[in-house]
Parts: sequence; C-alpha cells; structure tokens
Amino acid sequence: MHKAAVKQVVMEGVLDANDALAQANRERFDDAGNYVINMMSSPGAGKTALLEHTLERMRGKLRLGVLEGDVRTTLDADRLARFHVPLVQVNTDPGFGGECHLDANMVRSGLPELPLSDIDLLIIENVGNLVCPAEFRVGEDARVMVYSVTEGEEKPLKYPLMFRSADLVLVNKIDLLEHLDFDLETFLGNLDAVNPGVERILTSARTGQGVDEWCSWLQRRRAA
Amino acid sequence: MHELSIAESVVSIASRQADGRRVTKVSMKVGHLRQVVPSALAFGFELVAEGTPVEGAELEMEEVPATGICRECGVESRLDGFPLQCRACGGLDLQIIAGEELLVEFLELEEA
Repeated sequence: MHKAAVKQVVMEGVLDANDALAQANRERFDDAGNYVINMMSSPGAGKTALLEHTLERMRGKLRLGVLEGDVRTTLDADRLARFHVPLVQVNTDPGFGGECHLDANMVRSGLPELPLSDIDLLIIENVGNLVCPAEFRVGEDARVMVYSVTEGEEKPLKYPLMFRSADLVLVNKIDLLEHLDFDLETFLGNLDAVNPGVERILTSARTGQGVDEWCSWLQRRRAA
Repeated sequence: MHELSIAESVVSIASRQADGRRVTKVSMKVGHLRQVVPSALAFGFELVAEGTPVEGAELEMEEVPATGICRECGVESRLDGFPLQCRACGGLDLQIIAGEELLVEFLELEEA
C-alpha cells in the first residue's frame, strides 16, 4: 500500500533551542550581576596562559569566576586552581559525539557549582576550536577571541564565523613575531576584511605585553 | 564537527513536528555565512536519525547566498566572499538580509 506524502511547513531555526537556553543563562547572569566573557580560540593559542595573567592582575579589583570547557581532563582547571577563584570544569566528553564546543546547556549544567552572586566577571573558556564554538551562544555579554601569530595570516578568511562574531581579538604570542614569517599587517588586513574595525590588542602571555590593556578593557566593559 | 550537534537538533525538530508520523524528507535552508559543511551534516543526520521517525528520510539542503543592504547608499549586493562589501559604493557597513539561515523549512510526512 502506498501512503500519500503530506508537506508540513516548519520554519524553525536549528539553533533556536540553544538560543532560548542561552537567553535563560543570560537572565541568570544579569540577575546575579555577572559580566560574562566567552573566550574562544584554536587549541594552544594561549587562552589558559592569558587567563593566568588575568586572574593575577585582577586580584582585588574584580571578583572573577571561571567556567572551563574541555573535551577531556581537568588540566586547565588544575592550572588555575592556585588563584583560588570560583572555578568549575565542564567536560564535554559525555555529550553526544564528545562535543567540540560548549553549548548553552553545558554552560547551564556548570552554573550550580559557581557562587554567581559573588562574581563580577565570569570568564567562560570555551573548548579550543576555531569553528564550532562560534555557532553556539551560551549567554555571554561579549566574545573574545585569542589568536596566536603562529597560526598564520589567512585564518580570518578561512574561518570567518568566529572572527566575525568576536568583540575583541587578542593577538597573542606577539613576542614570537621576530622568529616567524607572520606578517602582522596582512593578518590585520584579513581580520578587517571579515570584521571591519574590530577591537584588537597585541598580547604575549610569556612577557606580559598587552595584559594591562586587556584587563583595562575588561574593567571598562564590566563598568559600562 | 558541530554538524553532529546540528543534526541532532534537526532530527529532534523533525520528530517533534512529525507527531508520530514517519518523516520522508527534511528540507533545510543553510546560509553561506554559516560554517556548516553539507556533507558532514548529511552524514550526522543519517547517524542521528537511526531509530527515530526520521530514519531513512531524505535531507535536502538549500544553500542561501549572502546578501546585504548598504547602510551608506542603500544598494543591495550579493556577497560572494570577504570582505562583505557594497558593490555600488564599496561600503563595509552592511545589513545582512540573507545568508545566515540555519533552519528546518518543511517536512514531508507519510499520512498516518
């Protein structure tokens, strides 16, 4: 017996469910008075190293909290534990497919572990990945991308989504510039091609260059 | 490989909308400004659909080119690459009106 097919119009956004959860997270953050940063980069661009500097410099100025996203291990969380800030690790491994990004629901699952009302600035360190995290809002106020000069000049053109969605780009490992063929002007030109005029700070987690400027940016944003 | 998460969401939307009926086709719109790889999404879709009312359904993806309206001169341009730039005046301040879609447009269902 042949069954007739019927067409049903749906018009539903694939990320609507995630966005609704992100909005719920956002309301929770707003109620608690948290300014929330979603920090994204490739693996190894220096997010955790920059965070170490940030926690060090901001001590006594703002009350920080950290939500660490990683596919596996608590290595990053262990590195940050010495700063004695509220910190929760969310491993995405149990998620379907060993997720390569944090989504709004994973962030929500970590929130009960954080004393939100005692935090001014919550930094969410996303899973190291240049593609996937950019698609998923988690309830953040701002997106900060860490990009290291060892990654080449052309990546903004190859992975435009994350570069386009960034509010600030930290151009990291800038101390290595003299040892590389990396052309900073070309990179910044490519960055402007996908996200014209986006704020950028040249940083080095090794020498500490740009860290003060980055911390001032955070304080300005938090106060705004 | 976030296409797997996206596939999971597509199958969940289709299953809910199907309300017990078998789904034979899922039609999506995927904008060019999304970083979704169609072949990866199709692969994930097949995998995730197994054991659901969506199993075996055809996944149709209509790709939507990026289009923007210039905030300087008001001209509409099709945007084939970066920089996203007005074709008339070269302006970079564009309102994107197409190309960011990622949605399930319609389903085809078997009559119960």
